[in-house]
Amino acid sequence: MSFPLLTATALTPAIGAIVTAAVPSARRTAAKWIALAFSLATVGFAAAIVLRFDTDAGADRYQLTESRSWIEDFGVRYELGVDGIGVAMIALTAVLIPFLIGAGWNDADPKEDEDEAPASRRWRPTQGFFALILAVEAMVVLSFAATDIFLFYIFFEAMLIPMYFLIGGFGDRAGEQGEEGQARQRSYAAVKFLLYNLVGGLVMLAALIGLYVATADQLEVGTFSLQAILEARGSGELDLATSTERWLFLGFFVAFAIKAPLWPVHTWLPNAMGESTAPVAVLITAVVDKVGTFAMLRFCLGLFPEASEWATPVVITLALVSIIYGALLALGQRDMKRLIAYASISHFGFIVLGIFVMTSQGQGGATLYMINHGIATAALMLVAGFLISRRGSRLISDYGGVQKTAPVLAGTFLIGGLGTLSLPGTGPFISEFLVLVGTFSRYEVAGIIACAGIVLAALYVLVLYQRTMTGPVKPGLEKLPDLRVRELAVVAPLIALLIFLGVYPQPLTDIVNPAVEHTLSDVDQTDPAPHLEEVEAGQ
Amino acid sequence: MESLIGLLIGAPLLGAAVLLVGGRRLDRVGHLLATLLAAVSFVLAVVLFLDLLGEESEARTLHQHLFTWVPVADFQADVAFRLDPLSMTFVLLITSVGTLIHLYSIGYMEHDERRRRFFAYLNLFLGAMLLLVLADNYLLLYVGWEGVGLASFLLIGFWQHKPSAATAAKKAFIVNRVGDVGLSIAILLMFTTFGTFAFEPVLENASGASEATLTGIGLMLLLAACGKSAQVPLQSWLGDAMEGPTPVSALIHAATMVTAGVYLITRSGAVFDAAPDAQTVVVVVGAVTLLFGAIVGCAKDDIKKALAGSTMSQIGYMMLAAGLGPIGYVFAIMHLVTHGFFKAGLFLGAGSVMHGMNDEVDMRRYGGLRKHMPITFATFGLAYLAIIGFPYLSGFFSKDEIIYAGFSKGGTEGWILGGVMLLGAALTAYYMTRIMLLTFFGEKRWQPDASGHEPHPHESPLTMTIPMIILAFGSVGAGFFFDLNENFVHWLEPVTGLEHGDSPVAHGTVGIAATAVMVLGVAGAWWQYGRRPVPAVAPQGRFLTRAARRDLLQDDFNHAAFVRPGNYLTRGLVYLDHKLVDGVVNGTAAAFGGASGRLRRVQNGFARSYAVSMFGGAVLLVAATLLMRAV
Amino acid sequence: MSPENYLYLAALLFTLGACGVLLRRNAIVVFMCVELMLNAANLALVTFSRMHGNLDGQIMAFFVMVVAAAEVVVGLAIIVTVYRSRHSASVDDASLMKL
Repeated sequence: MSFPLLTATALTPAIGAIVTAAVPSARRTAAKWIALAFSLATVGFAAAIVLRFDTDAGADRYQLTESRSWIEDFGVRYELGVDGIGVAMIALTAVLIPFLIGAGWNDADPKEDEDEAPASRRWRPTQGFFALILAVEAMVVLSFAATDIFLFYIFFEAMLIPMYFLIGGFGDRAGEQGEEGQARQRSYAAVKFLLYNLVGGLVMLAALIGLYVATADQLEVGTFSLQAILEARGSGELDLATSTERWLFLGFFVAFAIKAPLWPVHTWLPNAMGESTAPVAVLITAVVDKVGTFAMLRFCLGLFPEASEWATPVVITLALVSIIYGALLALGQRDMKRLIAYASISHFGFIVLGIFVMTSQGQGGATLYMINHGIATAALMLVAGFLISRRGSRLISDYGGVQKTAPVLAGTFLIGGLGTLSLPGTGPFISEFLVLVGTFSRYEVAGIIACAGIVLAALYVLVLYQRTMTGPVKPGLEKLPDLRVRELAVVAPLIALLIFLGVYPQPLTDIVNPAVEHTLSDVDQTDPAPHLEEVEAGQ
Repeated sequence: MESLIGLLIGAPLLGAAVLLVGGRRLDRVGHLLATLLAAVSFVLAVVLFLDLLGEESEARTLHQHLFTWVPVADFQADVAFRLDPLSMTFVLLITSVGTLIHLYSIGYMEHDERRRRFFAYLNLFLGAMLLLVLADNYLLLYVGWEGVGLASFLLIGFWQHKPSAATAAKKAFIVNRVGDVGLSIAILLMFTTFGTFAFEPVLENASGASEATLTGIGLMLLLAACGKSAQVPLQSWLGDAMEGPTPVSALIHAATMVTAGVYLITRSGAVFDAAPDAQTVVVVVGAVTLLFGAIVGCAKDDIKKALAGSTMSQIGYMMLAAGLGPIGYVFAIMHLVTHGFFKAGLFLGAGSVMHGMNDEVDMRRYGGLRKHMPITFATFGLAYLAIIGFPYLSGFFSKDEIIYAGFSKGGTEGWILGGVMLLGAALTAYYMTRIMLLTFFGEKRWQPDASGHEPHPHESPLTMTIPMIILAFGSVGAGFFFDLNENFVHWLEPVTGLEHGDSPVAHGTVGIAATAVMVLGVAGAWWQYGRRPVPAVAPQGRFLTRAARRDLLQDDFNHAAFVRPGNYLTRGLVYLDHKLVDGVVNGTAAAFGGASGRLRRVQNGFARSYAVSMFGGAVLLVAATLLMRAV
Repeated sequence: MSPENYLYLAALLFTLGACGVLLRRNAIVVFMCVELMLNAANLALVTFSRMHGNLDGQIMAFFVMVVAAAEVVVGLAIIVTVYRSRHSASVDDASLMKL
């Protein structure tokens, strides 16, 4: 058996989390560097995955597979494997985490008045912050890599624990309601996040057990293995009754829709993103939420093709509502982090739309969208976080004329915003356009409605930019410092990546395309042919 | 030779990147570097032009395939360029006027501390605009299309500390985005119809698609063109865009970017030729905008806004010509080029005037400037003569051809179009003469500004006057040169095609009529503004004048129709999201909390009540068992 | 005499005991009523043993007696302790078993 690359990729941050947490409280800075080192090592492993992954047309669907027995009695195995989509998502996760650590470098430091606290304090917030981020990374990587559905479920749920502490334990120090109100808001957000996702997880667990029973019924032994189930479906051994399949689909879909989040189960996201620090907000929307959409592609479509087709009209409607609704609500926000959160809801609408229109452009676009949205939102949100930490307020109305005092900050903010509104030349444009193409070639009206999202995106981004960055300098901002070296080092590579993926996305599409083909063949769909060819063929 | 195309686009883009990333240390050389790179582009363009001229007229097309951009299944987008006479014309216009305006801006922006950024944006604009006209598929064109929009956004809002500038920039971008949706949908339709969106296959197969589809594509392209070229109903941003520095207005909002819509329609000629309904709409939009812009131009006292109205009107001419099909394409482009010269010249002249007048833009506070700024007066005057169609200057040739083409449309339509355009010509002569008289003739009307400084009008430095002089030469000679041996027609014909309609009116008659209405317009303006002193404060005016000053109420309409309902909708949704969607969630949570609060009361701590419930439970169990037995 | 009469007696005793548990406040009386219920159950068990002619019921009765003995020990100890600390043997006074 070759070197277990996927396990190593997940284990590195896990070990990093333990080591970081164990650093004594006096060595706060050392903990930061250790966390950064481990996250960079993870990037190394992720790079190895990308290089080892074979993108030839004839290559295996799932590669770098690992399989060990775990709970034999219930057919649960430790099975890992990635297709192109998984590789792309793991790469995104691994690449983003060091930037988040860099951006949150000082976010978890004790406040000035606590600096003299005795060395024996048991709670070490700084160490905990970075350890939790690494723990989330490990679980996210594992859920992208798991091909055993039960294994996936475990990490899908376990991720909530460190996330809960990250949201509830480390907030912005930028509130309207003072220290105590802030803490109350924060714990409200954390509990809301947890409950929402637990409900989804519970429904999924039920569906998961149902699936196991169904496999145990029809096959010789029950199994949770994705590959085994796919094979059994293909050979006709496993044939779920229509109603069973639909119920099971719904169970999975609800869980993923909450995670994604899709309208109308989106309301936890603005709270969670608004109350947490900027890096954690990015972690939620750019990394953790992607597990939801990723799982729709891998599990919903793969396991329940007919039910997916059955649900398509409803899902597409929900996605369209998300797009428009998220954008309109973003326009109405007074708090810039909540604004970005609602913008994300709009973008997740696009991703789900792309997944469920069942065309290669739609699904390829949706996969690229997950990557590009991660990078664009990270750029925008982190810069917003830098700004918020300077002024100590999240309210848009507290800002104005920032570009005069901090031009680099304003410039990077604008580029992040332009990425968010999918300006051609940045990565998100390509993915958004692919989703639109994929949608339009099958559902013209839906495609046109989604196009309206383009205008609204421009509106909320530019309104935000205009209100915060232009005009006369607001009182209290006259001496706003520009981006520091550390902050620039975090943002500049993200921006470079954003533009690179907009100009030359081919390396990414090469990896993703074969996986999309496979997914499409799972649901037994082909792209619609151009009308002109149909006409010619008819003649 | 082909590889030069990429370089042509790359040079200004490189300049933009270097200047933006380089930061403060490039402040001293930034403008020189940017101007140099613009000039490099121009030289490359000339080299390519000479190369094309060397070919047979049918073989004047160069392709460069750089790399595959987005390959997903059937969706294949390439980064590939196409240079043919049509794009060559644009490249020459863009790089020549662009270089001149870079040069001009060195002087104009001399005292601005953010000059380096300004030049970076200008370079970015050049690169994006070249990408727009050189792309060989619609998706890449889209990149250039939004790229120029971005550059326009950055440059309109260049003086960001002014809220009006920031608002105008945002407005321009958003209105353009509405148009961009049209372009998106057009590309989507092309993809679902033809399976591709590269120029060649789409345009060659256009006749094979159903007319309904083609009409759809055509209308969507028109929507895009309306956004970019400020045509009714998406015209509202252009007047506000004058908040940008004047060189920007000259380059982007007069000579090049706003004409991109005309390029798009001419380029997609094959689609429109097969969709007569779409063509009709194009013609109507052109005709309406032509009058709309002219009327607005007549009423504005702000010199730049008056010129902006004029730009709209002139682009209306081009749109109208492009909507006429092969009888008009060539002349649309010809007017576009001559307009590029004289309108850029006019704007640079206006900039020069403002430069000498402490950035005053109200023409009612000018007056008699010809003595103080002789060069500006001369160049502005030549461009003025060119735009009103003074015989044998540029505008005369290109506009007359369009009016003649309008008559050639035939039937009642021909008469209506011809009449509208003649009316437009008269209005053009009127508002341009008005600008001329208010600015350069009469008595001085300027006063000390708020801080007590009286402006001292003076001639601008050489870097500013030289471009103006060169453009003045273009304004005077370009039309004549194009018309000589029908040079321009033969040059473009392979791309756009050419047909001659049969006009009920002779060509010479049209020329005479156009000259006659021009004289009328000039006389009218002189009657109102030349005979007697002009009041320094605008008289109230009648309803039409007041409406025209408010851009014919376009903003009021947009505000009432879109902005306010949108605000209500947004606020309503925020409320609903909080109360209804989140309310359900919080309500569920509260219901659980409340229920458990009630249930908690049952645990009252009295041992005997626990005993009762135990007893009751036991009774229930026994009863249930017995019942089961009995059944 | 028919053995059923013993069952009626057992039921009567059980009801008496149950009513005592539910209605009386004094912990000692409650306790005695619990004993009464247990013994009613014992009586029923022994009767069943007799009716069915096997020893199962009698064995069960012995178990109940052992458990009851143990319960008396623990229960009385608790009651005495509660009385010492609260100077009352009323079960309603010791209503601290709630949030």
